[in-house]
Amino acid sequence: MSREERTARGAAAIVGMIDDVSPTGELDRTGRELEVAMVLGALEDAGLTLADVDGVCHPESAVAFAEYLGLHPTFVESTMTGGSSYEVHLEHAAAAIAAGLCEVVVSVYASTPRSDRTRKRRQPRRGMAGPNPMQEWELPFGLRLPMGPYALAADRHMHEFGTTSEQLAAIAVSTREWAALNPRARYRDPLTVADVLASPLQVSPLHLLDCCLVTDGAGAFVMTSAARARTLRKPPVYVLGAATCTDHMGITQMPDLTTTPGAVSGARAFAMAGLGPADVDVLMGYDSFTITALLHLEDLGFCAKGEGGPFAAEVGLGPGGSLPMNTNGGGLSFTHPGMYGMFLITEAVRQLRGEADARQVDGAEVAVAHGSGMFLSVLSTAVLGTEATL
Amino acid sequence: MTTARPGHTEQAGHTEQAGHTEQRVRTRLEPPVGAESGPYWDATREGRLLVQWCLRCDRGIFYPRAFCPYCTGVGGDEVGGPLAWHEASGRATVHAAVVEHRPEAAGALFANGTPYCVALVDLEEGVRMMTNIVGCRPEDVHSGMAVTVCWERLSDGRQLALFRPAEEET
Repeated sequence: MSREERTARGAAAIVGMIDDVSPTGELDRTGRELEVAMVLGALEDAGLTLADVDGVCHPESAVAFAEYLGLHPTFVESTMTGGSSYEVHLEHAAAAIAAGLCEVVVSVYASTPRSDRTRKRRQPRRGMAGPNPMQEWELPFGLRLPMGPYALAADRHMHEFGTTSEQLAAIAVSTREWAALNPRARYRDPLTVADVLASPLQVSPLHLLDCCLVTDGAGAFVMTSAARARTLRKPPVYVLGAATCTDHMGITQMPDLTTTPGAVSGARAFAMAGLGPADVDVLMGYDSFTITALLHLEDLGFCAKGEGGPFAAEVGLGPGGSLPMNTNGGGLSFTHPGMYGMFLITEAVRQLRGEADARQVDGAEVAVAHGSGMFLSVLSTAVLGTEATL
Repeated sequence: MTTARPGHTEQAGHTEQAGHTEQRVRTRLEPPVGAESGPYWDATREGRLLVQWCLRCDRGIFYPRAFCPYCTGVGGDEVGGPLAWHEASGRATVHAAVVEHRPEAAGALFANGTPYCVALVDLEEGVRMMTNIVGCRPEDVHSGMAVTVCWERLSDGRQLALFRPAEEET
């Protein structure tokens, strides 16, 4: 059976969503309280209640979270792929709904690293337990995570293709232009290429302003079948295509430092949707670092491999440009609580509903949420569309 | 340890990012010995650099594993090997290199607060590994540069494979 024959194109839709961030970078709520608030908020947005939910996604333990909510779901999904976890949940939920495993699925995220620190909350241990290849073969050399692997990719991209720091900085600048239109964004002041280059080098070639924020943030989305979606409160945002690919964990194992597995997930998601890069009205491409977003432009086919630098500097990724990218202000200027992929989805939904206020892209019908997890390790692409795209 | 920079204190470049503080170590974060990498580490005590080798594929494997990840499509008892150890020449080429400008943010006290180079190098035998390039200014390391192995002793007598510019480069 070919992928086209088993397609779930248009079978499921996002019908509710919410996210919670603050210009201060901090939220008052945390932990389960914040997660539950997000779930209830997303359900309210959809006109649904907890009683409707029969599928739960949570990247730590969907079982424990379902128990906390008092749910007895027939679909649980705890895939943890770092920042792309929520795109993977979206993909799997769409397939589960299409297959009849469940009808209403919720995915949730809450993380408060900034206020945990300022308010001296005890932080849960992070990182990987026990001996593992990254501990043995990478971390002894002082490679700072998560930045170091991205810096290596940037260095190699510069070496192979002549990409410049100015071209990477252009991504931070256009993203800040979007943030200026978003009253909830952490940073809204104008930014120039010179500002980025003048910010302190971290792991070269990346400067401080090539790097994402560390903020609190939370969100959730609700999905259901296309048929049920049409009976609910908000215009459905249909899953037209979705795909995931991983090709390494640690950066020493990445087959090609300049090509992410997004080249595979993107092509498969577009094939399922029957669409291509030229059809995309809004690109939400995970921007943990400027190089991350540049690689998406190439790997999703918006430009040829190696041409991401000039393309990013010239195509117009900001407001009024020909390829609106990261219209919420991105991980670089809006929010980045650690696993940012949730906010790719919430903003894509806003744009396709026409709820994006000053940053609304006129006539947006197709949006791509392209998540990147771990160290360019796990890429997951969702092609989303309005009713008109079915 | 972290110097606050007003206005940008929450950028990921600073140690306030979750996950950074876990890696703080006194000197080197000394590597654990993986289930399959005992022979590699034992050889480093004598300054020998070993590469695990698949005799079927006739190619190196890095990092060491219980089976060859390149033996795809081979079934039955023959899957994933047989494996052996091959002594490497120690000659390598830099594939990509970066400079850590804030050693304290990386928890790298071995650097004594000075910028250092982290690189991916391709051994002559065809495997890629991570290392530090020493013996030159870190900002002078570049892709394509020829390097050769040198050793740094760990607390238990094992040695960490670092690389320095090859003679013809210096």
